[in-house]
Amino acid sequence: MAYLELDRVAKQFGAQTVVDDFSLAVGKGEFISFLGPSGCGKTTTLQMIAGFLDPTRGAIRLEDKDLTAIHPAKRGLGIVFQSYALFPHMTAAENVAFGLEMRSVPRTERAERVRAALAMVGLAGYEDRHPRRMSGGQQQRVALARALVIKPSVLLLDEPLSNLDAKLREEMQIELRQIQRTIGTTTILVTHDQNEAMSLSDRIVVMSQGKIEQIGTPQETYEKPASAFVSQFLGKTNDFAGTIDRTSAPARLVAGAWSTPAPAGLSGPVTVSIRPERIGFGDAGLGATIVTRIFQGNHWLFQCDSECGPAIVIRQNDGTAQPAEGERVRLTWRPEDMSVRARAGA
Amino acid sequence: MSMAAEERSTRAPWALTAPALMLFVGVLLIPLAMTVMLSFHDWGQYKGIEPVFILKNWHEIATDPYYAEMFWRTFRIAILTTLLTALLGAPEAYILNRMSGRWKSFFLLVILGPLLISVVARTLGWALLFGGNNGLVNKLLMSLGAIRSPIPFMFTETGMVVALAHVMMPFMVLSVWAALQRLDPQIENAAMSLGAGPVTIIRRIIMPQIMPGVLSGAIIVFSLSASAFATPAIIGGRRLKVAATLAYDEFLNTLNWPLGAAVATLLLVALVLIVVGSNALIERRYAEVFR
Repeated sequence: MAYLELDRVAKQFGAQTVVDDFSLAVGKGEFISFLGPSGCGKTTTLQMIAGFLDPTRGAIRLEDKDLTAIHPAKRGLGIVFQSYALFPHMTAAENVAFGLEMRSVPRTERAERVRAALAMVGLAGYEDRHPRRMSGGQQQRVALARALVIKPSVLLLDEPLSNLDAKLREEMQIELRQIQRTIGTTTILVTHDQNEAMSLSDRIVVMSQGKIEQIGTPQETYEKPASAFVSQFLGKTNDFAGTIDRTSAPARLVAGAWSTPAPAGLSGPVTVSIRPERIGFGDAGLGATIVTRIFQGNHWLFQCDSECGPAIVIRQNDGTAQPAEGERVRLTWRPEDMSVRARAGA
Repeated sequence: MSMAAEERSTRAPWALTAPALMLFVGVLLIPLAMTVMLSFHDWGQYKGIEPVFILKNWHEIATDPYYAEMFWRTFRIAILTTLLTALLGAPEAYILNRMSGRWKSFFLLVILGPLLISVVARTLGWALLFGGNNGLVNKLLMSLGAIRSPIPFMFTETGMVVALAHVMMPFMVLSVWAALQRLDPQIENAAMSLGAGPVTIIRRIIMPQIMPGVLSGAIIVFSLSASAFATPAIIGGRRLKVAATLAYDEFLNTLNWPLGAAVATLLLVALVLIVVGSNALIERRYAEVFR
């Protein structure tokens, strides 16, 4: 049974629909990411769960109770804000203790829980520091401890790592995942960073222009993107324009001079998507010329000019010789590595 | 760096600030020093000012209870004005900050209004509302039977405090507003998500963070109110003197310049001590918020 459920939630600001028809069932202990570009409605959705915004339509239920009827202060959710929103006039311990104070937790228990929460995020000994005297990463941890110490039913993370530098962000991702696994809090993360979403989440909700594009595990969304948007947004991809010709039998998928037996179902103009790391160089396949070859340590990145337009290819640096710039090559891939979609507007 | 270049680099800032520095020295420091010197000179009804060094004026101020009462009144009015602007101005700034764009700029103009109106027109406006039996508010309250005799306004300390608070309000509102601008826009949501109600949010989260703004506004309002001249002069007239109006009268009516200079100097020194002292206190107390 769903723990947190969003049922056809929509939000309008005036005539503008920011979130539309958003339905999602979150299981207890699950880590969900809302992934999308800025303005896709992911933060708005999070704010509706938090209660800072009221949905225009639809229902939000937590354990079958209507969450929208509960005042935000009474929802008992833990929230980490993008700016952390720590209380600058309070020490780290006072910040963490605030939620417990509001719940009238007795002083001794409060002190114990604050100490444990700060220790959990690796800030033991920082109790008396003020936020302005802490680094961005430390402030982030205080914000996390403050949200978790109240034992929230759901933890909401609004782009919590976007203000950290790349190395620290990676460290925090691992730590965040470990903490979440240990205490098992149902978590919703809002992010525009696909790597973050993929490395942290059990499931990803890919959003675009207020609508859900796809809900799936990181692997599903990456390998079986439901739309062109998803395949473009999650990692690099190659899109070729092709046509499925059903006039001859057996039907064939034709792209330039290259063709292959057509998959069932579609006909007419289609888009063929293949991930760059699934393309190899072979004897038969789509003709292309290597334009640039970039060495990136563990892999090679090729930019090719193919018969169907530009293409990128990633090859593992496994020690084998790689084609040089300007060389004529043929791009091959297994049929199961390509996804074919009807081409819109054609 | 060579010696010559080093010398040039220390000389250049002095040369560049010289014009402003000369203006500053010429129009501020020299007259100020002359005023201080003047306060030690002697004065007589028929002999005028005698450039000697005596402590007569300072002795008179220190011993005559008239001056103590007058300085006490000056600071009492300034403190009450400061309190009134803080009590009204801080909530005003908070509400203003929560308004949406168009209303915000409109009401900001309303708040700045008192500064745009001549002190005479503004003060006489208050007098029209409360002045004696003919004041509009007094008339209304009396005809409603709420009060028997008119609320006195002219020549009262209450009148001075109200009129001063009116004109000082913008300084307080802008100062608190600046502090509010530095608040994290999500801070109230953060407190709310942790279970805090609106009163707790204001008391525990907002107030401590805008307190430096309130206090720096208070310093501005206090020093301007304590040295205000026009409003006390119109409302207090000759009857209810404050330090500034007394110094003016000594200079221009009694023509006892040395005594006026002593009063002015004492006011200046007292204000500088109070302002510098409270500023140091605030900065130490709110070090974490300022950083």
